[in-house]
Amino acid sequence: MEQLPAISARDVHKSYGSLKAVDGISFEVHVGEVYSFLGPNGAGKTTTVEMLEGIRKPDSGSIAVFGEMPWVSASKLRGRVGIMPQDFRFIERITPREAIKYYCTLFGVPDKSAELLDLVDLSEVQNVYFQNLSGGQKQKVGICLALVNEPELVFLDEPTTGLDPKARRKIWDLIRKLKEEGRTVILTTHYLEEAQMLADRVAIMDHGKIIIEGSPSDIIKKMGKGRKLVLRYSDTLYKHLADELKLECSRSGENINVSVNSNQDVLNVLEFANQNNIELTSLSLKEDTLEDIFVDLITEQEEAQ
Amino acid sequence: MKLKNIIADLKVYSRNYMRSTTAIFFVFIFPLILMLLFGSIFSGSSTSAVPLYVQNLDSSGNMSNTFIDTLNSTHFVDITMIPDNVNIRTYISQHSISAALLIPANFTSSYLQGNHVDLVYYNNPAVSTSSVAQQAISVTVQLFNSHFAHQNQTIALLSSSVTTHAANYIDFLIPGLIGLVILTSPMFSMTYIVSSYKKDKIFRQLSLTPLTRSEWFLSKFIWYLIISAISAIMIIAVGVLLFHSSLSLSLYMIPFLVIGVFMFTSLGILAGSISRSEESASVVGNIITFPMMFLSGTFFPIEIMPGWLQSVAHVLPLFYIIDGLNSVTIYSNFSSATLDLVVSIAVAAVIFGLTVLKFNWKEQ
Ligand SMILES: Nc1ncnc2c1ncn2[C@@H]1O[C@H](COP(=O)(O)OP(=O)(O)OP(=O)(O)O)[C@@H](O)[C@H]1O
Ligand SMILES: [Mg+2]
Repeated sequence: MEQLPAISARDVHKSYGSLKAVDGISFEVHVGEVYSFLGPNGAGKTTTVEMLEGIRKPDSGSIAVFGEMPWVSASKLRGRVGIMPQDFRFIERITPREAIKYYCTLFGVPDKSAELLDLVDLSEVQNVYFQNLSGGQKQKVGICLALVNEPELVFLDEPTTGLDPKARRKIWDLIRKLKEEGRTVILTTHYLEEAQMLADRVAIMDHGKIIIEGSPSDIIKKMGKGRKLVLRYSDTLYKHLADELKLECSRSGENINVSVNSNQDVLNVLEFANQNNIELTSLSLKEDTLEDIFVDLITEQEEAQ
Repeated sequence: MKLKNIIADLKVYSRNYMRSTTAIFFVFIFPLILMLLFGSIFSGSSTSAVPLYVQNLDSSGNMSNTFIDTLNSTHFVDITMIPDNVNIRTYISQHSISAALLIPANFTSSYLQGNHVDLVYYNNPAVSTSSVAQQAISVTVQLFNSHFAHQNQTIALLSSSVTTHAANYIDFLIPGLIGLVILTSPMFSMTYIVSSYKKDKIFRQLSLTPLTRSEWFLSKFIWYLIISAISAIMIIAVGVLLFHSSLSLSLYMIPFLVIGVFMFTSLGILAGSISRSEESASVVGNIITFPMMFLSGTFFPIEIMPGWLQSVAHVLPLFYIIDGLNSVTIYSNFSSATLDLVVSIAVAAVIFGLTVLKFNWKEQ
C-alpha cells in the first residue's frame, strides 16, 4: 500500500487584492523528504508555505497535510507540525531559554531547552533578552521553538538567511539530522547550493507559479547546458577554438567558457595550447549548477513578460 | 482551558512585564507620586490660617460683627468679605471658593431675642482646608450659644454641599487613585501589547501552540488583578500612614477591583485589536484613557465640574468604579455601591463581548 503523502496541494490560489501571490500550484511532498521552495523575492514561497501551515487561508484549491485541511484543522495538526516563520519575532524581554521552556510546558513535553540551545549554538546567549539578540540569534530561537514538539513535518522559511558561514553549516547538519530521523522538511531558501545539497526535490517558483519541479540532479540534467571548460582568455586561443575546433565559446570577463561535449574536445583544446606555447594559467571543467539554471530560468521568464 | 497553560503564560508575561521599568513606574510609583503631590498641596498640615469667605447680610447688626470678630480671633481662618449685594452661590463659583459662610439678615435680632437662626456654610469637601474653617465656625457657634444658658441651640450651623462633612481630601483621593490604577495599568499596556504582537506576528506564533486565546486573556486578567491589588494596597498604606486617612476599608472594594480590571483589560485588547498600527493603537488608547482619567472623579469630585461635564462623566465606565469605591470607603453607602457595581458589570459584559468579536490571532 502506498503511504499517504505528507502534503498534497492541488491548484492552489491566493491573491492579495489584485496581486496573484500564488497562482494555481499543485505538488506533493512525500513523508521523509526534504522539499525546497526556491524563487526570487515575491515569488510566493512564503505565502505558499503559510497556507500549508494553516495560518493563511487559500482562496481556492485543495491542500491536505497528513490528510487534513490545515486552515480548518490547524489545532489537530499542531502537535505534528513545527514552524519557523520568515522574520520570526518573539516577546521582547524573554530569554531564549525561557521561551523554549514556555513552549515545552505548552506542548506538554519535558524541558529540553539545554539540548535545543546546544543544537543551534545558542547556549552562550541563553539568558539574553530576545530584543537584544542579533538577527541570526533571533532566527535560531525560531528554529528551536519549531522543534520543541518533535514535529513529523518541519517548515523552515529561510532558516539560513543572514547566518554566518559556520552557523549555516550547523543548520545544514540539523536539517540532515531531521531527515535521518525520518522527518519531512519544507525548506525555503535563496541559497541554491543549499537546496542542491540538502533537498530531495525542489520547486522553483516565479510569479506565483511553479516553473519547474524535480530532484536537483534531474533538473540539472534536463535544463543544464552540459559541461563547460573555463580557460584564461587569450585572442589566439579564442580564435582557434571557435574557428578551427568549431566549439561554442563565449567570453566572460577574464575567461573563455567553452562548451565541451566529450573528453576528446577537452584533449583537443589542451593539445592546441601545448602546440602553440600558450601558457595555461587557469583551467577548470564545470557542470551547470542549480544556480546557473535558476538564473537562466528566471531571466527567461522576465524576458517573456 | 488548561491551568498549566495559564500559569506558563502568566510566568512569561509577568517576567516580561517586570523587566520593563516604565511599566513598574506607572503602576507602582506614579500613583504614589500623585498622592504625595496632591495630598500635600491640599491637605498639608500648615499652621497658617485657611481662607474663609463671609457674606454678612446683617451688616447693620452688631451681633453679626461680633460673631465675625470672634471667628477671626480663633486664628484658624483668614476672612474675606463678600459684598452683600451679590448671590453667594454665583460668587462662590465665579471665584472658585471652597469655604464660605452666609450670615442671614435677621441674625442680630433673632439672636438677641433667643430665636432660632441658621448660618449656612458652603464648602467643597474635596478641599481639606474647608473642614478646618468648619471647625472654627463650629467653635464660634458653640461659644455664642453658650451665652444662653436656658437655650442651647439658638444658632444652628447648616452645611450646604455634598454630604462629605467628615471626609477630607485624602480620603477622597485614595479611591480615585485606585481607580486610576485599575484604568491605566491594563489599558496602556494591553493596547501596546496587542498592537505590537500583531505587528511582530507573535499572536500568529502563539496560535501555533496549544495555548488558546481565552487562556491568554485569563493570564493577562490575573496579572493585572495582582499588580492593581498590590498598587491599591500601597496607595492605601501611604494614605493611612502618611496622610492619616480615615478611610473605611471594606471587602466590598474587591468586586470593583475585579470587574474594573476585567473591563479595562478587555477594553485595552479591543483598542489594540481594532487599530491597524502601533501608532494608531496608542492614539486610540489615549483617546479612551485620558478623558476617563480626569473626568471620572479621580482627582476631584465631579460635583465641582460644570453640569454638562458631569453628564459626560456619567457615560465613562471608570466613573462607576470610582463612585462605587467612594460609596464603600467614604460614605459606607452600600446600596449606592451595588448600583454602581451592576452598571459596571453590564458595561464590562458589553466591552468583553466586542473584544471576543474583534480579537483574532490569525489573519485571512
Ligand atoms: N499580507 C500581505 N498583504 C499583501 N500582499 C502580500 C502579503 N504578503 C505577501 N504579499 C505579496 O505577495 C507576494 C508574494 O509574497 P511572498 O511573501 O509569498 O514571497 P516570497 O516568495 O516568500 O518572497 P521572499 O523571498 O522575499 O521571502 C509579494 O508580492 C508580496 O508583496
Ligand atoms: Mg518569503
